[in-house]
Amino acid sequence: MNLLAIETATEACSVALVHGQEVIARSELAPRRHAELVLPMADALLAEAGIGRHALDAIAVGRGPGAFTGVRLGVSLAQGMALALDVPVVTVSSLAALALEAQDEDAAILAVIDARMGEIYAASYRRDGAGGLVPLDDERVCHPQALSLPDAAQWQVVGSGWAAYADVLRGRLTGPLQAADGACYPQARHVAELAVREFQAGRAHAPELALPVYLRDKVALTLAEQGKA
Amino acid sequence: MDTTQISKPVGKPVLGIETSCDETGVALLRWEPDAPGRGLLAHTLYSQIKLHADYGGVVPELASRDHVRKLLPLVREALAQAGLAPADLGGVAYTAGPGLVGALLVGASAARAMAWALGVPAIGVHHMEGHLLAPLLEDDPPAPPFVALLVSGGHSLLVEVRAIGEYRILGDTLDDAAGEAFDKTAKLMGLPYPGGPALAKLAMQGRAGGYRFSRPMTDRPGLDFSFSGLKTQVLLAWQKSDQSEQTRADIARGFEEAIVDTLVIKCRRALEAAGARRLVIAGGVGANQRLRAELAAAGAKDGFKAYFPRLAFCTDNGAMIALAGAIRLAAGQSQDETVQVFPRWDLETLPPAA
Repeated sequence: MNLLAIETATEACSVALVHGQEVIARSELAPRRHAELVLPMADALLAEAGIGRHALDAIAVGRGPGAFTGVRLGVSLAQGMALALDVPVVTVSSLAALALEAQDEDAAILAVIDARMGEIYAASYRRDGAGGLVPLDDERVCHPQALSLPDAAQWQVVGSGWAAYADVLRGRLTGPLQAADGACYPQARHVAELAVREFQAGRAHAPELALPVYLRDKVALTLAEQGKA
Repeated sequence: MDTTQISKPVGKPVLGIETSCDETGVALLRWEPDAPGRGLLAHTLYSQIKLHADYGGVVPELASRDHVRKLLPLVREALAQAGLAPADLGGVAYTAGPGLVGALLVGASAARAMAWALGVPAIGVHHMEGHLLAPLLEDDPPAPPFVALLVSGGHSLLVEVRAIGEYRILGDTLDDAAGEAFDKTAKLMGLPYPGGPALAKLAMQGRAGGYRFSRPMTDRPGLDFSFSGLKTQVLLAWQKSDQSEQTRADIARGFEEAIVDTLVIKCRRALEAAGARRLVIAGGVGANQRLRAELAAAGAKDGFKAYFPRLAFCTDNGAMIALAGAIRLAAGQSQDETVQVFPRWDLETLPPAA
């Protein structure tokens, strides 16, 4: 199959193309430049694979959590492409894509993204031994000191949340820390890998049903709430 | 804005997408130079007014979130209305600014991606150019040169239109926009957000001569506006009054008359300054009945003709974006593959459309 994946939820902007058994990708750490980069990256990948846009069977997107504007950029691009090409969209958690950045096969994975405003987006996983992930809890937004994790023999931590809150997060782990990398981000390559499984399992959406997941849903106070405050 | 020459989308419909603030608008239009309104194939709109009412004003993040949910269903609906498939499109136009950056990005990314996928040109449209060309969608469309009065919740502009794409700002507001003055004044008198249209409705029950407020900045030359002082006058009058329903209506009428008179006086001056005999009215306040009546009457007296878009095309809509985009695409202009939006964007910097 041919699948194009977009991931723009964090500082990294990336696009990947699944072409048969092969996955090729472009990725750049380019805060604030995502909107310029995605379509030219997609063009470069299609040219490299020697296929046209109409050969795509599905579009995949990291649907967040992450920076609101970045998440919406990726989702809107995916929606527009899929509607025009009449193909479905597969949505993938940006935290799950981030978790695949973890190197160790056995240790439990904490994927954690700096959510600003003193909070983190977090979820934990273990590898399923076949290239996929098994979630160990629900993704959520919380203060790092309030993070509660399932029991695990060993932990590895990935994502910008570690760069921001390593000391606090270390104290929240339920087992020894095996490895940590605060300088890695969700990548379209991993969105693509997870999306192929979802697509094959029949979990693809009509483009209009591919929607962002923000986790932080309280973004303003109503007049009634302002009155109480 | 970068523009590059591309092949013209001859006879094919253009999709227009508007997401600059709190309305999601989508339309399909086939460019017909002699009668642009005849080329309008479909238009759909979703207004977020109810969503923001609980917050007392537009919350930009919530506006962006709603555009993502509503845009594609509206595109599908417009295509269905016109009996078209995406593959039938010859181009995609979207509002690239000015407006709320996050809201603009939703429409721009979806539009740019659709054009990319279809291999057709995309064009970023200036929201205010859309408004001032909207009257072209009606029967007997006005031909440039003309003067346009753009009055909405965000703008109060007088623009000289020498040709499509050649704009000169003749006057602007120094503080509140006309629609903003309506909304804020309504709030002062206890009407819920957005109170402007409710205030105008209330004014219809007001008695003539009950309250008179000043016509700001009409006692000196110039085409700029200032509406914030009117609010204070209304507030003082309201506080000193018996605050009955009739008084509220009387004050609303006095306020509306002050705004409308001011706009009419400046429009006459602008027409004289530009040597034009056609006046185009656009923007949400252009739906105001008293403004329409007074401008038509002034035109009959002074010898100019006033052109109004239908009410649905006064407020934000996709049809005006499809129209402005179709005109520019037909002139061979288009956007490269970067998704660009301009929260602030000077109308005078636009390239000519031909």
